[in-house]
Amino acid sequence: MQQEVIIAGFGGQGVLFAGQLLAYAAMDAGKEVTWIPSYGPEMRGGTANCTVVISDEEIGSPFVKNPAAVLAMNLPSLDKYEDLVKPGGVLVVNTSMVNRQVERENIKVVSVAANEVAEMAGSKRAVNMVMLGALLANADLLSLEALETALEDHLPERHKKFMPANKAALRQGAAHKAVEVVKS
Amino acid sequence: MVMMDVPTRVVYSRPEALDPRVTHYCPGCTHGISHRLVAEVLEEMGEVENTIGVASVGCSVFAYNYFNIDFVEAAHGRAPAMATGIKRVLPDRMVFTYQGDGDLASIGMGEIVGAASRGELLTVVFINNANYGMTGGQMAPTTLPGQVTTSSPTGRDVKRQGYPIQTAELLSTLDGAAYVVRRSLHNTREVRRAKKALRTAFEVQKHRLGFSLVELLSTCPTNWGMSPVEARDWVEERMLTYYPLGDYKVSPAVAELNL
Amino acid sequence: MAKELIKGNTAVAEAALRVGLEAYFGYPITPQTELLEHLSARMPELGRPFVQAESELGAINMVYGAACTGKRVMTSSSSPGVSLMMEGLSYIAGTEVPAVFVDVVRGGPGLGNIAPAQGDYNQIVHGGGHGDYHLIVLAPASVQEAIDLTGLAFDLADKYRSIVCIMLDGSLGQMMEPAEIPPMQPLKAEIPDWAVRGNSDGDRRILTSINLDPPAQERMNYRLMTRWQEIEANEVRFKSYYLDDADFVVVGFGTAGRIALSAVRAAREKGIKIGLLRPITVAPFPNEVLEELTEKVKGFLVVEMNAGQMLEDVRLVVRGRKPVEFFGRMGGVVPFPDEVLTEIERLVAVPLTTNGHPRDRWLARMADVIG
Repeated sequence: MQQEVIIAGFGGQGVLFAGQLLAYAAMDAGKEVTWIPSYGPEMRGGTANCTVVISDEEIGSPFVKNPAAVLAMNLPSLDKYEDLVKPGGVLVVNTSMVNRQVERENIKVVSVAANEVAEMAGSKRAVNMVMLGALLANADLLSLEALETALEDHLPERHKKFMPANKAALRQGAAHKAVEVVKS
Repeated sequence: MVMMDVPTRVVYSRPEALDPRVTHYCPGCTHGISHRLVAEVLEEMGEVENTIGVASVGCSVFAYNYFNIDFVEAAHGRAPAMATGIKRVLPDRMVFTYQGDGDLASIGMGEIVGAASRGELLTVVFINNANYGMTGGQMAPTTLPGQVTTSSPTGRDVKRQGYPIQTAELLSTLDGAAYVVRRSLHNTREVRRAKKALRTAFEVQKHRLGFSLVELLSTCPTNWGMSPVEARDWVEERMLTYYPLGDYKVSPAVAELNL
Repeated sequence: MAKELIKGNTAVAEAALRVGLEAYFGYPITPQTELLEHLSARMPELGRPFVQAESELGAINMVYGAACTGKRVMTSSSSPGVSLMMEGLSYIAGTEVPAVFVDVVRGGPGLGNIAPAQGDYNQIVHGGGHGDYHLIVLAPASVQEAIDLTGLAFDLADKYRSIVCIMLDGSLGQMMEPAEIPPMQPLKAEIPDWAVRGNSDGDRRILTSINLDPPAQERMNYRLMTRWQEIEANEVRFKSYYLDDADFVVVGFGTAGRIALSAVRAAREKGIKIGLLRPITVAPFPNEVLEELTEKVKGFLVVEMNAGQMLEDVRLVVRGRKPVEFFGRMGGVVPFPDEVLTEIERLVAVPLTTNGHPRDRWLARMADVIG
């Protein structure tokens, strides 16, 4: 069983750290995992992105074209990855930064106003945690508890004061449920 | 006539640090003198058994054959880098490079500036004879304006071929350099001064005061097309004006050494 | 010891110092910078020399000097920097001193870009520097393998008085994976009997790469070549996947090899009997297993992140007896598994030929892709 997540957004939205957190949680759950900042042609577009592959066996490619899940934290990321999500996969969209509807079918779409949710949870910078929470609640990937543990273990010391806000952001993100768009 | 009862006194002998073999250097070339000075200084300091030399590419490429000390041979210009590697892993050894002007001031300018600016605890013996000796007397970075060489057959034209590099002056601007001087080997008095400078340079290293370099104006009678005596005079008349002898950098700590 | 999530570059750096790296000399270049940065902090902590050199030329020649003392030393760089180091590599080979260097390969030629590539295969495996010499070249495909091979690199360098290159493609340098780094080991205690020490005590040691006498140089080259034969006989390493019943075999090293693994698995799910041979030592090359496979299988697909550099080594073994096809992406473009899968499906579907050159056929197919 292998699952792949691409997290994409602007630099500064915590894209790379969110991916690392997933990777830590997967590692602690005894799984094989790779984390790689995205490279190649998909790098052209001014976004920061990373790919996380989680598997029960030795991982082949750390790069995927059609991931099981995408966290699109802004519009360019949605534009780039909307069509690439694997059929049946999950697309989490940060509607705070996106001004259009998702058009893709045959996937589960989770719409989250992540900027506002993060601010309500206590930290504007916890957008990435809101998005992660929304992902975990709608994909059979890892438990929220596993991610919280990873957060406790790996959040840099200087950011520890944001722990409660981060955890609240995760939980509030997880309250968002996917809408399944099935082609009629 | 045999004078059996006159006591003998040794006034001259080969330093132990010099290998008793005939060098490949040309008659009248001053490489032999500078080798001997280095050997004498190391011996007087009791450092012969604590020294690693780094030979370079040029006429002194086989310098390692003439010293009774451990030696390595560097690629062209890279002796200061190689010496850095050795000194950093064996910090209590005396490490010196022996480099010519093409090696140090042309292809190896990056390495010598790097080593000097880092204040590497190395001693550099720099032979300036105003041409590439080993390859047959081509223009070097130190070749004087107007000087005829095999690659500047009508004389160095500074408009086309640029100006000579005054190495001691240039390196003296670097804070990592503790002791940078220019001496000459063209007469006895200057040879003695050169030896004193080499002693100071090695003492600077021993006392861990920084990078040290002694530039030695040297003769190259074969490639200059001169007799040894003419070559000696040419150093005095031509080279000294472009390359004045002197102490270009003596850091306060070095001055306090009071040698 | 527990696994930690660690970046390839950092992992190699930490592994090197734990297996006894005594001095590091390097110059910043992306995408190997984390390696240099990690050691810039860790080496001084341990009281070991770290020098940021003035250039890659400086760095490799510092390694050369320090290696002459018999200590474990290394440098690291990326493709354009490694080009500059070729001079030093030839001299180190010509002096027979052990040294380790890491090449985190990026897209080229020229300044190229900082994306992962495998275009340094030829310059590392087949030359670069002048004269008759070989490097041992290790090509890990995961962070753990990179760590393990770092320890091996120093052992092999010491054992054969050879240069060992750990060739990572840029993605492996930048990728994080759970991995276990070995515990701190003591520094090498003995000084080899050839090393310069500065206290000759009547046993003067000279290390040089000069041999003005051609027969003497020939004797040395002969020694280097027979030592290489010994390395070829003893040090070949590779990993094989699904080869037992394979009709077709993909050959790929490093990241291309693991991308191919995903494609091979997908092809297996579709009932295609295909396996993967992933050379771990690309020099010495796993000729023997390839020879055995040549007798057994119907055809090969070589996958690389270059224009087919290892391909030629495969063709040398196969020698036209079985069809060999090639697929590669170049210049920092990384192939996705589905592209390799398409190539595998083509391999088993179309009539194959041993005529012509696989690169020509690949270039023709790529015309539309490149656009």
